[in-house]
Amino acid sequence: MKSKLTRVILAASVLAVPFFTGCKKDGASSSDKSVVIWHWMTDRDEALQQLATKYKEQTGNDVQFQLYAPSDVYQQKVRVGAQTSSLPDVYGILGDARDVATFVEAGHVENLTVALGDGAGSWKDSLFTEALETSFFKPGNPFSVPEGYYGVPIDVTTIPMIYNKKLFKKAGLNPDVPPATWDEFLEAGKKLKAAGVTGFTSGWGEVWLIYSLASDLAFNKMGEEKVMKTFRGEVPYTDPDWIDVFRAFENLRKAGFVDPSLVTLGNKSAEQAFASERSGMTFNGSWAVNVYAGMNPALEFAPFRVPALGNKFPQPVWGGAGSTFMVNGKSPKKAAAIEFLKWLSQKDQAAFLASSTKNLPAVKDVNVEAAPVLSEFSALMKDSIHPNRFTVSEDPRVQEVFNKGIQSILIGEKTPEQVGADVAKAKGKATRK
Amino acid sequence: MESQPIALKKTLRSLLDWGTMSNYLFILPAVAMFLTFNVYPYFKVFQLSVYSWNGISGAPLFVGLENFKDILFDNPAWWASMRNALYITLLALTIQNGVALLLAWLVDRDIKGGQIYRSIFFLPPILSGIVVGLIWNWIYQGDFGLLNVMLERMGLGAYKHAWLAEPGTAITSLAVVHMWKGFGWGFIILLAGLQGIPRDLYEAARVDGASELRIFWRITVPLMIPVFILVSVLTVLGTMQLYDLVITTTRGGPGSHTEVPMKRILDEITPGSRLGYACSMGLVFGAILLVVSMLQMQISKRAKVD
Repeated sequence: MKSKLTRVILAASVLAVPFFTGCKKDGASSSDKSVVIWHWMTDRDEALQQLATKYKEQTGNDVQFQLYAPSDVYQQKVRVGAQTSSLPDVYGILGDARDVATFVEAGHVENLTVALGDGAGSWKDSLFTEALETSFFKPGNPFSVPEGYYGVPIDVTTIPMIYNKKLFKKAGLNPDVPPATWDEFLEAGKKLKAAGVTGFTSGWGEVWLIYSLASDLAFNKMGEEKVMKTFRGEVPYTDPDWIDVFRAFENLRKAGFVDPSLVTLGNKSAEQAFASERSGMTFNGSWAVNVYAGMNPALEFAPFRVPALGNKFPQPVWGGAGSTFMVNGKSPKKAAAIEFLKWLSQKDQAAFLASSTKNLPAVKDVNVEAAPVLSEFSALMKDSIHPNRFTVSEDPRVQEVFNKGIQSILIGEKTPEQVGADVAKAKGKATRK
Repeated sequence: MESQPIALKKTLRSLLDWGTMSNYLFILPAVAMFLTFNVYPYFKVFQLSVYSWNGISGAPLFVGLENFKDILFDNPAWWASMRNALYITLLALTIQNGVALLLAWLVDRDIKGGQIYRSIFFLPPILSGIVVGLIWNWIYQGDFGLLNVMLERMGLGAYKHAWLAEPGTAITSLAVVHMWKGFGWGFIILLAGLQGIPRDLYEAARVDGASELRIFWRITVPLMIPVFILVSVLTVLGTMQLYDLVITTTRGGPGSHTEVPMKRILDEITPGSRLGYACSMGLVFGAILLVVSMLQMQISKRAKVD
């Protein structure tokens, strides 16, 4: 009888092990006292680990940064984490306002409005408004998310055009005067091509970069209100202004100076092409300062606004929070997580992070001992646009047809009018659903 | 002879016996894992396929067969991706497996350095798809890619292309990478098959004066049919589910010229946020693969009978 009992207990234990090890709630971690943070930033991981060590020394509290890269793998991991309620205490959501709203609705993101405070000297006051508003939901937003701030930016990004000063000189162009209009941009590209280099490259295999540039052109051509009207379905994508935006890409193709692999190029490859001085101009974010410094420290470059397509509206620059951390609304360690993020937003930490990674800090008045060119990227922030700050978000299915359509224009497969019609059709379908 | 109720009682007693029960308990973890990770997901996919849901928040909305209707009749991008996958599959079935068979046949003939060739040919399949994609990206690059530089130096500059970025060459270039990476599997399986054929059959045929070609068609091919079936089924399943190479080389572009079904399904989840729709796509895709595999088996069975 005794041996039978032993066998049953043993069998029951074997059975129980996988079940109990599989049970894990949101925010739970290998060490219950640590605040666990998931991130995707390979270039900032070392600096973040150093900051975690410093935090431990100063406060005695543990913070674990866990890196999951590349970003699409990270994105999948966060989604699975949300579906299985196994998100860490702090994480970032790589997506637009619609994605953030989904997480908020499911209770995975804490409303930080109270924690950020208000007025002079508050945590909120120490951060750049443009960066903070990337995760702000206004009252009456289309996603019905309660008004508030749902994230803490750790750096900011602007995505302008960038040019190589040395190659501009070689091509007979003024290295201090980058192109201001789309026509000037096309002319500059042709001259660079004539000088034996590729006029323009960018990682447009990653279609969000195409979307960013096209949005800049659209805002400049027709103004924010008309773009939002289009997203609301009140203006069709076959509108002449939109056709002009698509035509800008057709003219780019016809000018014949772009990297022939442009439409399938990953951003990393495009960065290599620009850093190795094979290309005179590119469209890339301020993070590139760090990337280029690693690839070619002698590279002489500067950012410039996306050349104007129209003259009625300002020339915006895509930008806002580069990386934003969210606090898990279901985490039992919410308070500790918020405390850490507050500490991370202090000037010393922000300066260290910005200097060591050559990224623009999200904290105001930070002394950055980094590349001087960063301040030129930073100056563009005041005119930045970002989809998370739009009053309406475009449907992802429409965005896909839009981006693929521009790729089709760039390979000479479709005309601007055809792409306008395709996007309008996709918009009609998305609206019906 | 025992009466039926007594036999039933005995069976029940033996089932309820502590010893038997504890044995069942021992296999229960494995069964529970199988049910949790294999059976349950299938049912969940079926269930989710009739809902519209982002996978994270809110209640799933029942839409019946709406997702399937949309995929089958109103989603040209999905069918374009199927056509692309089918094109690469056809190339893989013919060229990739043809090359694999030729090389396996050569190595089977006890050529010098056979072991070395075996290792070399099996190298590409064990490389990560991501690494292979990045290497070939560099080879195919439009302006400074290795292939174009070589063509230029050989005086064939007129044949230079942005191989992965031009609509006319993108899908075939991608197929070449896939076949380069995949032929090693076929090679190893076919070589094992060839080595399983008794040598005395060949010797007898040679004594009878049969030519090498005749020996190949009359002895090798008929005896290799089960291996061909295996290789072709694996090729179809592996190629139709192509994903990593696409992501690292073209990301489905230019336009939709290299979109493949797996990428479309994953795109519906992120950034599309349509988990229910993605599940429906997965089921449609699974059904297509099942039908194709069954057809292959039928055709192969007939070939075997003939």
